[in-house]
Amino acid sequence: MSGRIDTSKVATSNKTSAATATKPSKVGAAANWADERLGLASAMKKQVRKVFPDHWSFMLGEIALWSFVILLLTGVFLTLWFNPSMGEIEYQGSYDELRGVHMSEAFASTMHISFDVRGGLLMRQMHHWAAMLFIAAMFVHLMRVYFTGAFRKPRELNWVVGCLLLILGMLEGFTGYSLPDDLLSGTGIRAADGFIKSQPVIGTYMSFFLFDGEFPGEAIIPRLYAVHILLIPGILLALVGLHMVLLVYHKHTQWPGPGKTEQNVVGYPLLPIYAAKAGGFFFIVFGVTALMGALVSINPIWKYGPYDPSKVTAGSQPDWYMGWPDGALRIMPGWESHLFTGPGGLPAVTIPWNVLIPIIILPVVMLQVLIALPFIESWITGDKREHHLLQRPRNAPFRTATMVSLMTFIGLLWMAGGNDIIAILFDLSINQITYFNRAAVFVGPAIAFAITYRWCISLQRHDEQKLLHGYETGVIMRSPEGGYSEKHLPLPEAQAYTLTARERDEVYSVESETDANGVVAPGSRVQKVRARLSAAMYANNIQKPTKEQLEEAHHHAEHEHELQAPMEGHPADGHQFDGHRFHTVEDEQLR
Amino acid sequence: MSDDTTLEKRHDAASAVVEEPIANPGLPAHVYRPTDIDPAAEKRAERQIAGLFVFAMLCVVGFAVSYFVFDIADNHDTVGGLGASTLALGLTLGGALLAIGIGMIQWARKLMNDHEIVEMRHPGRSSDEDREKVVADVLQGAEDSGIARRPLIRNTLLGALGLVGITPVLALRDLGPLPGDSLYHTPWTEGMRVAVDVLGTPIRPADMEIGSLVNGQPMSLYEENEEGEPLYEGVDLQVAKSKGSVILVKMEPGDIIHGKGRDNWTVDGVLCYSKICTHVGCPISLYERTTHHVLCPCHQSTFDLADSAKVVFGPAARPLPQLPLALDDEGYLIAQSDFIEAVGPSFWERDTLPEDGS
Amino acid sequence: MRLLNRTARRVSRHRRSRLAGFVLMLFALLATGTVYSALSPAQAEQATSDAELVAKGRDLFLVGCSYCHGQNGEGQRDQNGQNFGPPLVGVGAAAVDFQVGTGRMPMAQPGQQAPQKEVAYSDEEVAALAAYVASLGVGPAIPSSAQYSLEGMTDEEKQEAIVRGGQIFLANCTACHNFEGSGGAMPRGGHAPKIRGVEPKYIYEAMLTGPQQMPTFSEGTMTPEAKRDVIAYLNSIDENPSYGGFGLGGYGPVAEGMVAWLGGIGALVGFAVWIAAHTTRTTRKTKAAAGEDQA
Repeated sequence: MSGRIDTSKVATSNKTSAATATKPSKVGAAANWADERLGLASAMKKQVRKVFPDHWSFMLGEIALWSFVILLLTGVFLTLWFNPSMGEIEYQGSYDELRGVHMSEAFASTMHISFDVRGGLLMRQMHHWAAMLFIAAMFVHLMRVYFTGAFRKPRELNWVVGCLLLILGMLEGFTGYSLPDDLLSGTGIRAADGFIKSQPVIGTYMSFFLFDGEFPGEAIIPRLYAVHILLIPGILLALVGLHMVLLVYHKHTQWPGPGKTEQNVVGYPLLPIYAAKAGGFFFIVFGVTALMGALVSINPIWKYGPYDPSKVTAGSQPDWYMGWPDGALRIMPGWESHLFTGPGGLPAVTIPWNVLIPIIILPVVMLQVLIALPFIESWITGDKREHHLLQRPRNAPFRTATMVSLMTFIGLLWMAGGNDIIAILFDLSINQITYFNRAAVFVGPAIAFAITYRWCISLQRHDEQKLLHGYETGVIMRSPEGGYSEKHLPLPEAQAYTLTARERDEVYSVESETDANGVVAPGSRVQKVRARLSAAMYANNIQKPTKEQLEEAHHHAEHEHELQAPMEGHPADGHQFDGHRFHTVEDEQLR
Repeated sequence: MSDDTTLEKRHDAASAVVEEPIANPGLPAHVYRPTDIDPAAEKRAERQIAGLFVFAMLCVVGFAVSYFVFDIADNHDTVGGLGASTLALGLTLGGALLAIGIGMIQWARKLMNDHEIVEMRHPGRSSDEDREKVVADVLQGAEDSGIARRPLIRNTLLGALGLVGITPVLALRDLGPLPGDSLYHTPWTEGMRVAVDVLGTPIRPADMEIGSLVNGQPMSLYEENEEGEPLYEGVDLQVAKSKGSVILVKMEPGDIIHGKGRDNWTVDGVLCYSKICTHVGCPISLYERTTHHVLCPCHQSTFDLADSAKVVFGPAARPLPQLPLALDDEGYLIAQSDFIEAVGPSFWERDTLPEDGS
Repeated sequence: MRLLNRTARRVSRHRRSRLAGFVLMLFALLATGTVYSALSPAQAEQATSDAELVAKGRDLFLVGCSYCHGQNGEGQRDQNGQNFGPPLVGVGAAAVDFQVGTGRMPMAQPGQQAPQKEVAYSDEEVAALAAYVASLGVGPAIPSSAQYSLEGMTDEEKQEAIVRGGQIFLANCTACHNFEGSGGAMPRGGHAPKIRGVEPKYIYEAMLTGPQQMPTFSEGTMTPEAKRDVIAYLNSIDENPSYGGFGLGGYGPVAEGMVAWLGGIGALVGFAVWIAAHTTRTTRKTKAAAGEDQA
């Protein structure tokens, strides 16, 4: 537990003079009108100056939030012209190379947006880019939350909400890029039909229900449209709202440091600083999306042409966030079971594992693992306390290594999903890349785990060294005997405190397997597993030094410092780096 | 030192209350920004931020001008090989938004009062009183409703609610027809000519050279009924193509390893296979003439067309279905029959129906 | 505004004035005449020098090609029976013109992929080699520009040819060469090359002869008109501006994903770091500020 701090510093205002009553203004009158009807003041009294800590990594979720807002705005623009119909028409728009070609109205209207509506192509591209950024930002945000332990009690449910947002965002993206009914997205739907058909027993029925008959049917685009602009966005909006409400209720986590405790939150008030920064960031995300829409072509449907089940293009890939299951499909060996094919009463059935495992089972399992991560950790640690101070990734080596290992797994599958492009650009063979990935998806995460784990622990050692023996000044001292050593100076207090502001890890151990009467305690097997996992998680960690250890180390160092006393005041005494600010390098005259 | 003793020691050390090595020094003293103490710097920052907002306004003017100046549609203006309208609209819009965003943030960073403030947290759980009150209220509500005393009402209500849940599921039944045996049939029938895709012309074996590839379709896709209407149109045409697309290749007859019972399925070294991949159904025609391998661009399943389209690489599990070929009176390639198995991706009952279906 | 140019696209539907047809007809007549006058003397000359050309070609062949393809173009097999250099009897002048003219032949070493290198022979030498190989056996001749140009067609016919060519391209070519013609991966390290910016003659010859692993699209099944239309389509999209901005090499969603991560997320995280970074601080304090701090 961190020591309690002097709460006299707690302020509700960062103003230096008290607010003075002013004459009722028009704004005041309007506020009064609203408050009498809505009770706004009571609802907002704690929110207007709500404190948000400031750190770049706390803004990653904001990228996702603002991309979502951009998606809503640009999406509405697109709906004004888009016609979600698979009715066949002959194209007579402005794009020469397709004039006279038969196509669905969905494709034709997307062509119309791209070529006959001013700013239409820009909005289409911004919408698509924002979708890519939305999901990418959610990924990055998820990693930040996991690496820093921000998912711990009381925030586990918000983690679950976040995971649901991620998977819904991916589905939203898939339904969206399928809508133009171009060759590439049509190929994607064709593959999706294969995925659906692969499911045991109900596969073909689900396919026929979804497509209103045989693939491709006439219903899929209108149906995906309803899902894309109504169903999923509605759920997304509700979940984003819940995510925000929980964020406000729990208050944001913060990094440990001087003055920061589990009981407080230090930062800037919502009004004006956070509002300006968050609002400004919205415009920045919007601006970056606009620049991407202006400069970089995305999904040039006029080159793909309308979907035709007999046509296909090299480089048929889904958008990046669907790339990893697609990669899993590519590296999966061709396993398929044909059961009961021999004579006998049972009807013969086919189980296409080559589709089922990578595209149905794997993503579902991955989602479940992701959702379960906080609960698994809290079960192993048995930690039931609330946590508002973040942990540095190095201080939770097992956790950090777990996420890096998962990222490596996803990353390798992602790479497998782009194997043909990699093959062209790097002059490799798709066969070799596939063989490599078949092994790498198993070996890679294990290697990544081991490296990350060890890396974290050596960083912990480094922190311990700095605490006990001070930091390296870069000043090499020569002793009268002729030995060389690097001069170490103690860390400034604030830095030293920040390094020690973490908890000691407690390895769970089974108290006793049998009770006093020699009866085996129920559930002891589970307890043993838990103890073993807990040991794996914590046993190798370097704990912060105790007060005695620290004092002892400093006592040792004192003698050394005495010897170095004549150095003090020299421009290169090492203090130019520790913030003691007797002098800085710039202040010194060359001698 | 063995692991066990380390563990024990650490455990003991952790369970005992250990004094923090360094006490929390409290919030550091506030350090000022140049803009806080130097009026000149403050003025400069103010001008800089206002300048950004003015730039945003200019960008909006540029947006409006670009909207009307640059043509799209038939006379598409270009700038350096890019579409002028999209580029200009995007750059001006992006410039305006970025300038507003950067200006707002600069304002917050440089000029707004930046004293950090502290807010206390409160535990997430409700107070014991509140909990007791809620539990008591809920029990009171349950008591008042008499739900425990009237199991008949409770159980029938639960039953009714459960049954009502069936209605939306049932109502979804009309989403589509049942599969029936449609997956086992394609437009191919006995004697149907093979047509070149897009062109719709019939093919003589002599039209093809060794190493030739032809993307084919059943001729019926290009035929009309008595009223001059195409036989397949719109969705029917798409469905027909999604099952009937084929690839024809011609190779040295000596290179062909005939499948069992497929000796007379080829004509003059011309072989015909379904173009629909047996993995998840992408059309597949990346053909290598010397190896006779064909590759799927979606997931890289590779089939050996010389050897009954056996899978030689990748995730597909089954060979591409082969279409038995023959010649008609005029010497054009025709199908001997429909495919003898379902084309395209695998499904649960795939092995069951062919007997009754075809 | 020098960068800006209005492309006069779409001559067919909306922008046809009464004079346009007449002017275009004049142009067409003029063009036909020019092409005819340019081509006809060459043919006359060819007849006289055929034998010479073949002899010259044979000399070149013996030096540059026979090591792999055999002294008489009969092909060579290595000790494992693998094709060392395929037989050239019957491949025709078109194959030679393509392989040597694009710098694929002579190859540095046998292999299924023939990488494009600097062209080793002059135009006359290529013609001589082609004439010699053509003399070995009947094969496709080098297509004349009349076979793949849209000269002499009305605008509407041109328009139709381009659209039809696009559909043929998407049905037959994109599977390997990608929707933009930027190439694609083939099994075991092979790849289908980029076909944008390639001379029409070579595209025609490639379809006709099927170089290396590429299947042939013989004249019987893909008519000369169909080939001409494909070329017309490729020329047409070459002339189009890149409507939506930079095209990322035409590699599709993989390249787009990279841009989203490296460009988009990279830039936005950079902005986030900037937003949260502490601004410059000063150790100096104004009197007022210092007093405030102590209070």
